[in-house]
Amino acid sequence: MNVTIVDYQSGNISSVINSFTEVAKGKVSIEVTSDITKIKSSDKIVLPGQGSFKSCVDSLNSISGLVDTLKDFAVTNKKPLLGICVGLQMFADIGYEEAETKGLGWIPGKVSKIDNQKGKFKLPHIGWNEIEIQKESKIFKDIKNKSHMYFVHSYEFIPNDKSVISATTDYSSEIVCSVEKDNLFGTQFHPEKSDKIGLKMIDNFLRL
Amino acid sequence: MLKNRIIPCLDVKDGRVVKGINFIELKDAGDPVEQAKIYSDGGADEICFLDITASNENRETIIDIVRKTAKECFVPLTVGGGVRNIQNITDLLLAGADKVSINTAAVKNVEFVKEASKKFGSQCIVVAIDAKKVSDNKWEVFTYGGRNKTGIDAVEFAKKVEENGAGEILLTSMDKDGTKSGYDVDLLKTITNNTNIPVIASGGVGTLDHLYDGIVKGGASAVLAASIFHYGEYKIKDAKEYLNSKNVSVRL
Repeated sequence: MNVTIVDYQSGNISSVINSFTEVAKGKVSIEVTSDITKIKSSDKIVLPGQGSFKSCVDSLNSISGLVDTLKDFAVTNKKPLLGICVGLQMFADIGYEEAETKGLGWIPGKVSKIDNQKGKFKLPHIGWNEIEIQKESKIFKDIKNKSHMYFVHSYEFIPNDKSVISATTDYSSEIVCSVEKDNLFGTQFHPEKSDKIGLKMIDNFLRL
Repeated sequence: MLKNRIIPCLDVKDGRVVKGINFIELKDAGDPVEQAKIYSDGGADEICFLDITASNENRETIIDIVRKTAKECFVPLTVGGGVRNIQNITDLLLAGADKVSINTAAVKNVEFVKEASKKFGSQCIVVAIDAKKVSDNKWEVFTYGGRNKTGIDAVEFAKKVEENGAGEILLTSMDKDGTKSGYDVDLLKTITNNTNIPVIASGGVGTLDHLYDGIVKGGASAVLAASIFHYGEYKIKDAKEYLNSKNVSVRL
């Protein structure tokens, strides 16, 4: 099996590479690239994302043909794709970080700033928080409800269709922290930084 | 609910741990990678390396340590010490650090914080503030590992780094550091009340109660400690169980 981590020159993806490489050891080959031919021929895709919604979308768009290739892969051909952090947020139609920016539009919804109740909750939401599993998700296999995952973000994805939500976390309100829609998976938290539980989730994705 | 973090910090000099873990099971007490791994396996919520190498030429050494550690530790890794420019940050992040902590360079030029957080995202920019009490409820920022007095008010500076995009503040009390008499709770409280980003408490931990004070009385989102963990007095697990028994939520 071939798994591609999309390297579109946005943010720090070393940890994603390290964790996936660790879990994949000897079983799965991991490629880190933005090469469209390689992406097309891979079995699964990981779409990381750090920095702002706008900077990530801009970076994706700056690589010719990348957005269309990803769309063909995930939406038309329905092959497994995992978005992490801003990688998940970009599934939305629109994001409001820095400036109003059009997202990929794969899962209808928006990305807006967490309502921190006038400073009552510090932002960014940094650290370990419990996930509340809302529906069975293939990537949660053998992962207990209320497991701790590592978060770093100030914006949240709000999908229109609540049935895509596979987990939420409690920070000032119920924040969507994981979605599953057919072959599309996304986590607001960072499985690559979430210790053994995070590695387990990565393993689940690789085993799909 | 968001958990309070416990962050062990390892001081690294010329590639070796200076204040190391004194556990008998260690093969090499000076090896930072091995020690980081012990902390991470023991339940540390993050790992912090502070490079106290005096010379500038040895950047490659800490980068190599980060590279090796990142392959074995799957919790967030923060690296500080000698971060002066964008290239330093790029090198550390590419090696596998998740956050970098900027100290003197942020005081010299707060625009650097802005530039760094814009380029890499606030999530990976920590500003380390070393503060010393100068009068009642007044603290001043010090640089170069506490050697240089700057005349800058710590509260004003904390607000300024937040405005400039810092994702977190690592706040060390120079008065308390190394004393084992507890954090400067007043300093912590003042900074946490005046900022809206998470503050990591540092400097002065001698007992588990001090960790409790930092979180509950000081309002810190995370507590950093070095020596209580290094000398094997307490394991990370002890600290977490203690805090949990006092109704402070931690990741167990």
